[in-house]
Amino acid sequence: MAMFGQVFVKKGKYRIKGDFHHLAAHTPIRDADNAFSLCGVTNPRELTYIHSYGGEAVFFESLSRGTLLASRCEHHACECRGTTYLPFRIYCPDCLKRNRVIDVTDEAKRSARIYTFMVCERSGAFSLLEKPIKFINIAFDGIDTVLMSYLSLGEPRIGMEVVPIFKRRDPSYTILDLSWVPKGTPAEELKPGFEF
Amino acid sequence: MITFSERQLKIPRLMRPVYLVTGGQSKFDRAIPEKRTEELCIDAFTMAAELINLSPAELKRYIHSCYYGHFADHFGDQLLGEAVIHDRLGLDPLGNVGIKTGGATGGSTLWEAVKTVASGYSDCALAMGWERMDEVPTDEGNFLISCAADKDWESALGQIYTGYYAVMAQRYWQIFGKAEESFRRTLAEISVKHHGYARMNPFAQAPLKISVQDVLNSPVVAYPLRALDCCLMSVGAACAIICDEKTALELSKSSPHKPLRIWVAAGSHTLRPADRRRMEIPLLPNETKDQYRDLGRRFKGADRYPGFTGFLAARMAALYAYGMAGISDPKKELNLLELHDAFTISDVQTYEDIGIRPYGEGRDYVESGDCYHTNPHTGRPGKLPSNISGGLIGCMHAVGATGIMQVFEIATQIWHRWAEIHGDDRRWKEFNREKPSDWTDLQVKGAKRGMAISHAGVGSHVTATILMDPDHLLIAN
Repeated sequence: MAMFGQVFVKKGKYRIKGDFHHLAAHTPIRDADNAFSLCGVTNPRELTYIHSYGGEAVFFESLSRGTLLASRCEHHACECRGTTYLPFRIYCPDCLKRNRVIDVTDEAKRSARIYTFMVCERSGAFSLLEKPIKFINIAFDGIDTVLMSYLSLGEPRIGMEVVPIFKRRDPSYTILDLSWVPKGTPAEELKPGFEF
Repeated sequence: MITFSERQLKIPRLMRPVYLVTGGQSKFDRAIPEKRTEELCIDAFTMAAELINLSPAELKRYIHSCYYGHFADHFGDQLLGEAVIHDRLGLDPLGNVGIKTGGATGGSTLWEAVKTVASGYSDCALAMGWERMDEVPTDEGNFLISCAADKDWESALGQIYTGYYAVMAQRYWQIFGKAEESFRRTLAEISVKHHGYARMNPFAQAPLKISVQDVLNSPVVAYPLRALDCCLMSVGAACAIICDEKTALELSKSSPHKPLRIWVAAGSHTLRPADRRRMEIPLLPNETKDQYRDLGRRFKGADRYPGFTGFLAARMAALYAYGMAGISDPKKELNLLELHDAFTISDVQTYEDIGIRPYGEGRDYVESGDCYHTNPHTGRPGKLPSNISGGLIGCMHAVGATGIMQVFEIATQIWHRWAEIHGDDRRWKEFNREKPSDWTDLQVKGAKRGMAISHAGVGSHVTATILMDPDHLLIAN
């Protein structure tokens, strides 16, 4: 089997290794109601993107270490100084100065509650989550925004107390490494790879 | 708490009156394997010419610049699709530009065309929108749509846009709907109404004679939303010709209808609902601060605006548009609406955002019967009918074309040509669709003013387009 594409950064440039696309043949689309005349053709394609997290990389790296980071504007002249963002924002949307990165793991464990949720019976192609997907938005003390994530155990309800869990073993380095469970869930019930 | 400056809240002003002279649209369907996109666009353009008794070639002679709404390059697998369509329409060497604002692409395309005419850059502009959503199966289509969410923070979560949207629906359902079975039935009524109106529309993709129970029995997509609560995935094209007054009159010499005044305004809000911060409710001309003072008491959890229950972008678009067109009470001064019913519940949310009902009371617009062509409770005309086209649930959601379709449908009503255009037996036959034996004329009698809301995803972009009979303006401008 061909090697999946891998990427490293060296001296400020991407160094790529392996296959970033795979070849497949076109096939004709024919009209079964019209003597199988030609209507079109399939265009199969599989490729791998190279994506930079830029200034958000620290957030995704921290998930694999069991830490939840937010960011806060501390610019003295900003009229929204003190606003704390999760989703993490690199820059303050008001003054456009760089935000300070802060660790909110303990705050999340202490005060996180479900602000809203949705149990979704379907998913799109390439989804790695099991269905049904329990989407939740979480509000907690000191955070001005309402992070979207997913509940790994239990049935969600508005106001439910939840705590974050982190995929520390075999992390994907994506937002999927962060999930939530009802407060009081025993560690042995967590899905493989996840820890408090 | 976010605040806005007076300069940001300034009512936009067009430098000269702008008119919608004509428009057209193709058949809409889930798949149209027998036609390329350019054929659908030519169908729409030819219809626009024919409605004012011109040939396509004659109409083209007036066009000076072109605005193309096409949201998803990856759906059609064609970058610069605008250049393909522009060439096939034979409009080189005119300047053209592509516009992409998600579900609001059609409305934004009109916004650009109107501004170009208002500024004097062009006296006649083409606004054309289309979408090709049949080049991938539904699962892959859901993946492609999910790419419109934040790719690092949202898309990986299920690759399904419904999930990102439906958390807002859940909050509305519980806070303003109080999770009542009666509210769930009200949502189902919207689906019944829109699929039912689609039966009278030969362009429409999903004509269905269904009951509330059918909606409630349809498969759950994301509770409380079921399959029949959701909009369609479509293929199709729609266009409008936008002109200054002199050109509008010249183009209308042989037209059976008059050109209509048009205003378009736009609003925006965070791409991720998660980023929404608190603010005061921007008030529409028919609202007072007092009426929302106890909102959090009447609806527990509604003390955070916009929270996840309202769409700031829709409110801002309406606020600007009402100011531009002189509307002080949309309930009284508008005669019909076309709203972006991506889901039945978003239809209700929008009623509140645009001031048809106050926040928390949107369901009454349906339950009162006001939103119907004919009020089912009284048998009399509905006070402010909405989505007579069938909307996104019954007619189509070919994303780049949707906002233009909505405006075109309103135009046919104000021209009082709805029955002629939708009842034409030849059109039903051409589209290979069976005209129902109980086909009903849905012309809104006396329609003079209408508004369409074009809305992107979770509310990142929204436009409000107002059309008026020029002899029934509310302010002289």
